[in-house]
Amino acid sequence: MISRRDFLQATVAASAIYGASGVGNWAKLAAQQALTQDDLLKFDTFGNVTLIHVTDIHAQMVPIYFREPEINLGVGEAKGKPPHVTGEDFLRMFNIKPGTPEAYALTYLDFVALAKAYGRMGGLDRVATVVNAIRADRPDALLLDGGDTWHGSYTCLKTNGQDMVNVMNALKPDAMTFHWEFTLGSERVREIVEGLPFPAMGQNIFDKEWNEPSEDFADYEIFERGGAKIAVIGQAFPYMPIANPGWMFPEYSFGIHDERMQEIVDEVRAEGADLVVVLSHNGFDVDRKMASQVKGIDVILTGHTHDALPEPVLVGETILIASGSNGKFVSRVDLDVRDGRMMGFRHKLIPIFSDVIEPDKDVAAAIEAERAPYKDELAEVLGETDSLLYRRGNFNGTWDDLICNALIEEREADIALSPGFRWGPSLLPGQKITREDLFNATSMTYPNAYRSEMTGETLKVILEDVADNLFNPDPYYQQGGDMVRVGGMGYRIDITKPQGERLSDLTLLKTGEPIAPEKTYVVAGWASVREGTEGPAIWDVVENYIKRKGTVHVDPNQSVKVVGA
Amino acid sequence: MELTRRNALMIGAGAFAATLLPVGAFATPEDTEKAIAEFTGGAEVGEGGITLTTPEIAENGNTVPIAVDAPGALEIAVFATGNPEPKVCRFKFGPLAGSQSASTRIRLAGTQDVVAVAKLPDGKFVKASNTVKVTIGGCGG
Repeated sequence: MISRRDFLQATVAASAIYGASGVGNWAKLAAQQALTQDDLLKFDTFGNVTLIHVTDIHAQMVPIYFREPEINLGVGEAKGKPPHVTGEDFLRMFNIKPGTPEAYALTYLDFVALAKAYGRMGGLDRVATVVNAIRADRPDALLLDGGDTWHGSYTCLKTNGQDMVNVMNALKPDAMTFHWEFTLGSERVREIVEGLPFPAMGQNIFDKEWNEPSEDFADYEIFERGGAKIAVIGQAFPYMPIANPGWMFPEYSFGIHDERMQEIVDEVRAEGADLVVVLSHNGFDVDRKMASQVKGIDVILTGHTHDALPEPVLVGETILIASGSNGKFVSRVDLDVRDGRMMGFRHKLIPIFSDVIEPDKDVAAAIEAERAPYKDELAEVLGETDSLLYRRGNFNGTWDDLICNALIEEREADIALSPGFRWGPSLLPGQKITREDLFNATSMTYPNAYRSEMTGETLKVILEDVADNLFNPDPYYQQGGDMVRVGGMGYRIDITKPQGERLSDLTLLKTGEPIAPEKTYVVAGWASVREGTEGPAIWDVVENYIKRKGTVHVDPNQSVKVVGA
Repeated sequence: MELTRRNALMIGAGAFAATLLPVGAFATPEDTEKAIAEFTGGAEVGEGGITLTTPEIAENGNTVPIAVDAPGALEIAVFATGNPEPKVCRFKFGPLAGSQSASTRIRLAGTQDVVAVAKLPDGKFVKASNTVKVTIGGCGG
């Protein structure tokens, strides 16, 4: 008899062979300039339940360019495993040909040339078209939003997230979990959540004072779909008060709480759930570990680390789905759920090619209505870039190099620090930089750019601390961002070493001299989690710099030497 | 000036105020072993039968919620191996205790292992240990 585990593995293998999983078999069609919406949506409806997953949209309502990372290193058990596979290795692993739309959507290779050929991606009006098409196949499909939705754009900042709430509500999600939403402040989050027409969930959102599960958020919801009971359990970002300013949501505590996750899985099973889905903002590696710790989860819809994978990752009997970021992809997962078990699945990561997928008229109008009051500000041109500007990468991205250069020049600093965020779309060489573009890379509720003095020893301690949040071999001790970006200083990092021993050869670039532990340096940075941080908003600092330069240029960053990758 | 990791963390967190706390010596592994031996009377300490619940990463090192649970235990002691003083607290359970579990909040000077040791009715001891990371943070995805 074929065991369930074997069956699932066979399904993954078969789906790879027959193209029933992955991004689809449309590369040739695109090469013939004949890629159509029908090709992108083609899916042989399977089983009796459909999940639609979107996550980490970061308020990108209109199509954008988004370059996937060149460097995304895994450590410990995650080394060399998806999502820690990039570029040509990624193409080989998933059998994708270079230069195809899949290669453009999923890797950084030839990004500028392919971006010009295949155009922008995403746009919530296109996402709506895909969601509606799936619902036409399966009217009771569940649409699940993994969070980082109400953050990341000019209009989202100006409306305190209302623009995204309005547009997402038009897509009719069935549940949502959270991360950056909390940087709107807990009062605003509660105000929005009270009015949401679907459950806001996170089993790991605790009342801080009592250290008990918060009553403001649901742990889970049970949906009846296709004759089965589907439990969807929420898991918010576990390290909210550490990675973001805890003083903005002082009533809440988070954490992973996998003992409680196990209790809830057992509870929903006891209530008759045939399928258990976790809607997670843990980050992929944390989810991979959680799948091995908690028994009885069928599907984890991962989020936070912005990974896009054309095939599910299997951990024991749990499948992990990674649906990308910034509205670039939608995952469709069809499941055969019978007799209290998941018997099989079919999956597709649908890339949202904005020039191929027709915008949904209603949602396009809703987006336009949100943007109209800010039209002139959004379109205001601040300058131009002659370099590709992108953010993703473990150690640097050109957008952050630009921000660091601006901080050093505008704030007269020796060294600049820019947080290792993974949000923020890309700009192609020759593109105008508009106010909208600048806010897509900097928008937040704690934007103050500090200027401070730090000793060389303090700088090393900070970098070691952040490096451990990225390269600790136990994913439960990782926070899921990238390394803090450093301007004006170079370093060598051995990612295999323990905390305190990873960094060496810290060098002040302007003099070429080693950073002296006891010496004091002027450091400029932004997005401090500390309350009361003073300084101008980062977007003002960068705007001044861009306007002064007219055309900005970013040299390739060669100041970080990586060892042990 | 000797800059300790803890002080550096407080500065690094972004305010950069000079809130330097008195610098104390931190416990060595021998100090912790000694403190545990004091509790156990030098008896061998086994594993299992005790659950220690801690956050993987502390949201605030000054107040870290922990919970211990050791069914049937007479007493549970908690040790912070990286604090200036490793002995944190001892919970004694009387015969009428409904369960042998307790929760509290403790202060941790930095990333370290927290150890809980339970004394069982048969005179044996068991322990559980978790690493709790105390971090600057500040760079979410």
